[in-house]
Amino acid sequence: MKSKKEIEYTQSAANVPDEWFSWKERDKEKLEQVSRPSLSYWQDAWRRLVKNKMAMLGLIFLVLLTIMAIIGPILSPYEVNRQSLPDQYQPPSMEHWFGTDNAGRDVFTRTWYGARISLFVGFIAALIDVTIGIIWGGISGYKGGRTDNIMMRIIEVLYGLPYLLVVILLLVVLGPSLGTIILALTITGWVGMARIVRGQVLQIKNYEFILASKSFGTKTFRIIRKNLLPNAMGPIIVQMTLTIPSAIFAEAFLSFIGLGIQAPFASWGVMANDSLGAILSGNWWTLFFPAFFISFTMFAFNVLGDGLQDALDPKLRK
Amino acid sequence: MKHMLKYILKRLLIMVITLWVIITLTFILMINIPGSPFNSDQSSNETVQANLEAHYNLDQPYYIQYLLYIKSIVTFDFGPSIKQPNQTVNDLLSRGFPISFELGIITIVLAVISGILVGIIAALRHNGFLDYLTMGIAVLGISIPNFILATLLIQQLAVNLEIFPTATWRSPAHMVLPVLALATGPMAIIARLTRSTMLEVLTQDYIKMAKAKGLSPWKVIFKHALRNALMPVVTIMGTLFAGILTGTFVIEQIFAIPGMGRYFVESINQRDYPVIMGTTVFYSAFLIIMLFIVDVVYGILDPRIKMHQKGGK
Repeated sequence: MKSKKEIEYTQSAANVPDEWFSWKERDKEKLEQVSRPSLSYWQDAWRRLVKNKMAMLGLIFLVLLTIMAIIGPILSPYEVNRQSLPDQYQPPSMEHWFGTDNAGRDVFTRTWYGARISLFVGFIAALIDVTIGIIWGGISGYKGGRTDNIMMRIIEVLYGLPYLLVVILLLVVLGPSLGTIILALTITGWVGMARIVRGQVLQIKNYEFILASKSFGTKTFRIIRKNLLPNAMGPIIVQMTLTIPSAIFAEAFLSFIGLGIQAPFASWGVMANDSLGAILSGNWWTLFFPAFFISFTMFAFNVLGDGLQDALDPKLRK
Repeated sequence: MKHMLKYILKRLLIMVITLWVIITLTFILMINIPGSPFNSDQSSNETVQANLEAHYNLDQPYYIQYLLYIKSIVTFDFGPSIKQPNQTVNDLLSRGFPISFELGIITIVLAVISGILVGIIAALRHNGFLDYLTMGIAVLGISIPNFILATLLIQQLAVNLEIFPTATWRSPAHMVLPVLALATGPMAIIARLTRSTMLEVLTQDYIKMAKAKGLSPWKVIFKHALRNALMPVVTIMGTLFAGILTGTFVIEQIFAIPGMGRYFVESINQRDYPVIMGTTVFYSAFLIIMLFIVDVVYGILDPRIKMHQKGGK
């Protein structure tokens, strides 16, 4: 039996005989089948990140650097701060792979020790920024109205303060140490993150699934934690990868102007500052290794951040 | 017009509050410095002690001190130096600031012009060789800290090749290396930003329209596309000013340029607290006012900006 629709169709195509057509049975099973495995947002982002060669180069460098920061100083037979004047300014050799500096200290050991400090400062500062930024930006964006207004005005005032000058001021008063440097870097550093989180929350909070969640009677805190934050995670991660190099730069910069990590710690900025005179006398290795590692670490974070920005952008999802 | 005025007034109010925050912050920090700079045992020099007492009214209670401190800053009097008895911060500023200002202005002009040009070229050659080349260099430019770049430049161009003088600030030849060291980072940031906004703008309908009208490619780019592509560049100008200004601290130190930044770093190393505080307030005020100007310019340039933001995006 032909259905009414089929009869109408054959009549409209009047000149084509019915025999030319055959009815193909639809396979209901096949219709429901998914042509390729569905990827979660994170799987898709990872897939795209892996394709980005520069970002992967950055990621691999950072993983290796982290490993060396942990085991590097243990591998070396030299102490970080053991001075030995007879060994002053040894060029790179089998005993001292990266040479020795003005006090005969082993540059190889100090470089990995500096990596510890730089990565530690970068990660902890970024982590604190993210925590404060998420809380501040989340509340500000989600509550809206007057709360948002007041919180945003505070951010605008803090944003106007010159970041490095405030950091310098605090360190002059508090005295430079690992703790005070991280404190000074984060005291106004979270503002950028808070602005980004707020922007995300403002956008996402108007989506239907938030309304659905609300209509089920979900509590505000749970909505922020379970619905808002996971969806705002992309830009937050990107901002974080870009916060770390700026913290590393700030630490090196502070060391350079005499407000950095003090002995017995060694940081890349301190090493670069110590070896400024050496470069004129031709002992290039004392400056080269800290300079190379500061620059390449910042480079790695920057390209990784760029890659993540593309990979995590839902608009670019294919 | 009314909205514009309201917007400017709002920015002005925020600027004043920010200025007040930084002034108050320096005051609070000043009276909390361990082994206060006002302790007579730290600054044994009697002239210095007299100068300090006269400037900071140390015989008065804190709130009077605070009010007089604000008054002295508003009247552009930043106090004496501890380490150099007959110097005031004002003396140092009037000697060093013009040089730093010169260095800063040349850097900004170079960074903005070349950054925008490189950005346009990269965008026009999207995914081409020039695009990859310039953007690769730009990422490097962002990643290499200015003080590292400065030492590399000195070693290669001044010591090894002897093309440029190593230090000081006398002739245009002396200016090349410090300006280059300072401008590379901002240049790279501007180039990347210009490229990405340019790429976005170039796909818009009004650009196709302009091309379809038969306008020359030059006119399309410089008259139609660039105008809109430059808006984000204006927004980051404030941050760039701050970066270049703090950059002058290390650059002047490395190149032995007798500018304000060098005095500032010296005062940090000598823990000359009044100079540190005075310079910080001066620099902060300078930057905060710059930020205000950038905001107002942005408000005038971009008609879409909401003059009366209310808890929305």
